Amino acid sequence: MAITFTLNGKAQTVDVSPDMPLLWVLRDTLNMTGTKFGCGMALCGACTVHINGEATRSCITPISSISGKKITTIEGLSADGSHPVQVAWIAEDVPQCGYCQSGQIMSAVALLSKKPKPTDAEIDDAMSGNICRCGTYQRIRKAIHRAAGSPAEKA
Amino acid sequence: MPTPLSPETQTLDRRAFLKTGAAGGAALLIGFHIPARASDPAQEQEKPPINPLNAWVKIAPDNHVTLILAKSEMGQGIMTALPMILAEELCLDWKQVTIEQAPTNPKIYDHGTGGSGSVGGSWLPLRQAGAAAREMLIAAAAKKWEVGTDTCKAQNGYVVHGHPERSYSYGQLVADAALLPIPNFKEVPLKNSRDFTIVGQGTHRVDGAAKATGTAMYGIDARPAGLQYAVIARCPVFYGKVASFDATKAKAVPGVRDVFQIETSGRGASTTGGVAVVADNSWAAIQGRKALEVKWEEGAAASESSEELRKQFVANAAKPGGVIRNEGDADAALAAASNKVEAVYELPFAAHVCMEPMNCTVHIQSDGAEAWVPTQAPQWAQAVIAEAAKLPPEKVIVHTTQMGGGFGRRYQADFVMEAAQVAKKTGKPVMVVWTREDDMHHDFYRPASYHKCQGALDDAGNLAAWKHFQTSTSIAAKWSPKGEEDNGQGEFGTGATVPYKSPNLRIEYTLAHSSAPRAWWRSVEHSSSGFVVESFVDELAAAAGHDPLEFRLKLLGEPRKLPQFGQDPDAPPLDTARLEAVLKLAAEKAGWGKPLPDGEGRGIAGFFSFDTYTAAVAEVSVRARELKVKRLVCTVDCGRVVNPNGVRAQVESAAIYALTATLKDAITVEHGRIVQSNFNDYQMVRMKEAPPIEVHLVASEEKPTGIGEPTVPVIAPAVCNAIFNATRTRKQDVRIRRLPIRAEDLA
Repeated sequence: MAITFTLNGKAQTVDVSPDMPLLWVLRDTLNMTGTKFGCGMALCGACTVHINGEATRSCITPISSISGKKITTIEGLSADGSHPVQVAWIAEDVPQCGYCQSGQIMSAVALLSKKPKPTDAEIDDAMSGNICRCGTYQRIRKAIHRAAGSPAEKA
Repeated sequence: MPTPLSPETQTLDRRAFLKTGAAGGAALLIGFHIPARASDPAQEQEKPPINPLNAWVKIAPDNHVTLILAKSEMGQGIMTALPMILAEELCLDWKQVTIEQAPTNPKIYDHGTGGSGSVGGSWLPLRQAGAAAREMLIAAAAKKWEVGTDTCKAQNGYVVHGHPERSYSYGQLVADAALLPIPNFKEVPLKNSRDFTIVGQGTHRVDGAAKATGTAMYGIDARPAGLQYAVIARCPVFYGKVASFDATKAKAVPGVRDVFQIETSGRGASTTGGVAVVADNSWAAIQGRKALEVKWEEGAAASESSEELRKQFVANAAKPGGVIRNEGDADAALAAASNKVEAVYELPFAAHVCMEPMNCTVHIQSDGAEAWVPTQAPQWAQAVIAEAAKLPPEKVIVHTTQMGGGFGRRYQADFVMEAAQVAKKTGKPVMVVWTREDDMHHDFYRPASYHKCQGALDDAGNLAAWKHFQTSTSIAAKWSPKGEEDNGQGEFGTGATVPYKSPNLRIEYTLAHSSAPRAWWRSVEHSSSGFVVESFVDELAAAAGHDPLEFRLKLLGEPRKLPQFGQDPDAPPLDTARLEAVLKLAAEKAGWGKPLPDGEGRGIAGFFSFDTYTAAVAEVSVRARELKVKRLVCTVDCGRVVNPNGVRAQVESAAIYALTATLKDAITVEHGRIVQSNFNDYQMVRMKEAPPIEVHLVASEEKPTGIGEPTVPVIAPAVCNAIFNATRTRKQDVRIRRLPIRAEDLA
């Protein structure tokens, strides 16, 4: 079944099984591997992308549901790592293994688009759907404050 | 790969061989050797070394320096720390050096990453290699200028001389330098640490940008042309077998290309194989597996359970164990003492749960094979593929990819073995993908263990006896050449090197039987030893009526250097002064002794593992049955700190990893299979529960030691000791003696 949507600003058509999750279309059909597989059940957030600007778990999103919608993946934030959230991530040395960080960054970008100056509590709320097994949470908090241009709160 | 060369090879000593020569033009290339950890599981699978070179420094005419290393990056930051060491000694501008992952070559030995050993093990060889190259470049420049080498110096990638200053870039000197004799590694002058400009400076990760842009390539991102994807249906019961299967419905799933049985065997296998479903994409393969009908021959393990295992533990603990260590007469001292403490501690199986599930991509053809493997043991992966493909190992190219976590899980080759079997059958490039459920059900788990501790105190509050009995599903029973005949000493680690003075000391072990695969989980046996030793000493402090910190310091006593019990004589001793220092620093930074409100408390723990000293103070609140870890103060003495930024990151990481094992779920067994399957029933600490972590490093001139693991052992005891302190005003204070902490244990 052919499905057309906008991917990182460009029209994209794929012809795949309609129940195939967006995650696997991105990764295996389009070879866009920046978006990661972690759990397949929307429990870890590694697969987070934006659908019409909303942070969404692509691993449980059937491709049939995104016809005509706008998808942004980690590859669509910037070509060169210049998005303010990416800049903050690099400056705070957030990534360790780095595998969850595409999803973390997509969640953080969605948060900042709604709350340009989030508090620690708002960050915790928005980011607790994303698991980091390397435990980079403290640096993620700092990086979000940095990207927001706010001083980090006293821990 | 820096071959072929037209080298002159000189034997300098048993460890350092050098080759110089022109490779790809006039580059200066020096090969040297970095030792792997002493007890390397993969080495047992391999042939003796043919060529000891496993690391290279390449200086190109364009003045760019490449460090080529057979080391794996799993997040621990060695791809940043290791070139820092080289850049320091070679006097480079930090921007001048990049690091390259060496492809596996059967002529390279010691190709593995684990045991928190990369920085410590590479420190001296990298310095020597950098210094050797530096001296050769200086000599080449001095010859060109016809001046003495002592009038020249190396700085920022140039050799400079005289006033007014003249200079050559290293790149301009490589052709001449390559013709010079190579300095003896043992005699080459090393920089004075006072002159260090790179080592000790907080340095950004070299892979930060790739990981913030989604461009870092993990194993699961390998996309060779024509790639197919496979998942495997495995028997849920440990080492059960396929009895029969019907692939009709699976093959009817769109995108499924093939369904067939594979077998795996040997000590490194996590299963006996299963049924592979090969498809055009991962999703189709997963759907095909759902439709597949398999009958399993579950085998003897089907009757195993965590409940049955606990019965074994209790029965074992009722009898004396095999004696691991005995000094004085602990039993007599316990019998004679009036102030005695006895406590039982329990830890469950634990899963690694790397964020990137296991995966492996292999392409086997008649004349060679190529593989993309997220592995800590590339050479083991190569050997496993070679065996499956019936090819000599040198015909198997293994690309070690970035790893989405390792934690010891990726030291295994079970996932490689499976992929090799599938690839052999299909003859096409194929990635075997594990779902999260596969990953959790077929891990090599941290052993479950049960510890009975007994201690006696004299009237002055000194320790009169220390007795530690452990029964567990040991790692050694699976991996040691002695198998179940192994005495279990390794299950204590440095927990058997008790730093607290006791005239009578006895350590015993009894093996419990389980079919669950076990192996190395971040900090290995120290994750249990740290919890047990540091919880029990806290209980003794309470029984003696002493402050937990003061009691520890009193039992550490005058500074002593204790040989690591049961380890090689050249293993660095446990220096009680360094342990004391990290404990005191943690206490000071945490405000030890300052009053806290009712329902809040502090706990402390200190431990020595991977030759590193760690301590933690946890601050918690316990209100009714609700526990909150409010703050962690961690201190570390890991010798000289190469990259303080990286060390802090590893401490933060180990603390959260340990906190998950302390607060969240256990891996349990029912009917011979793992019960937990995904992040819903094996939960991880998330951002909301992640406390602020303060990291304080002890300044040290000692050799660098491990950092990826050693903070793990102190977190659980610090938290549990803090719970005891927080419940001090209750009628019944709370001692946590089993992990993970359950709400009912807080009542």
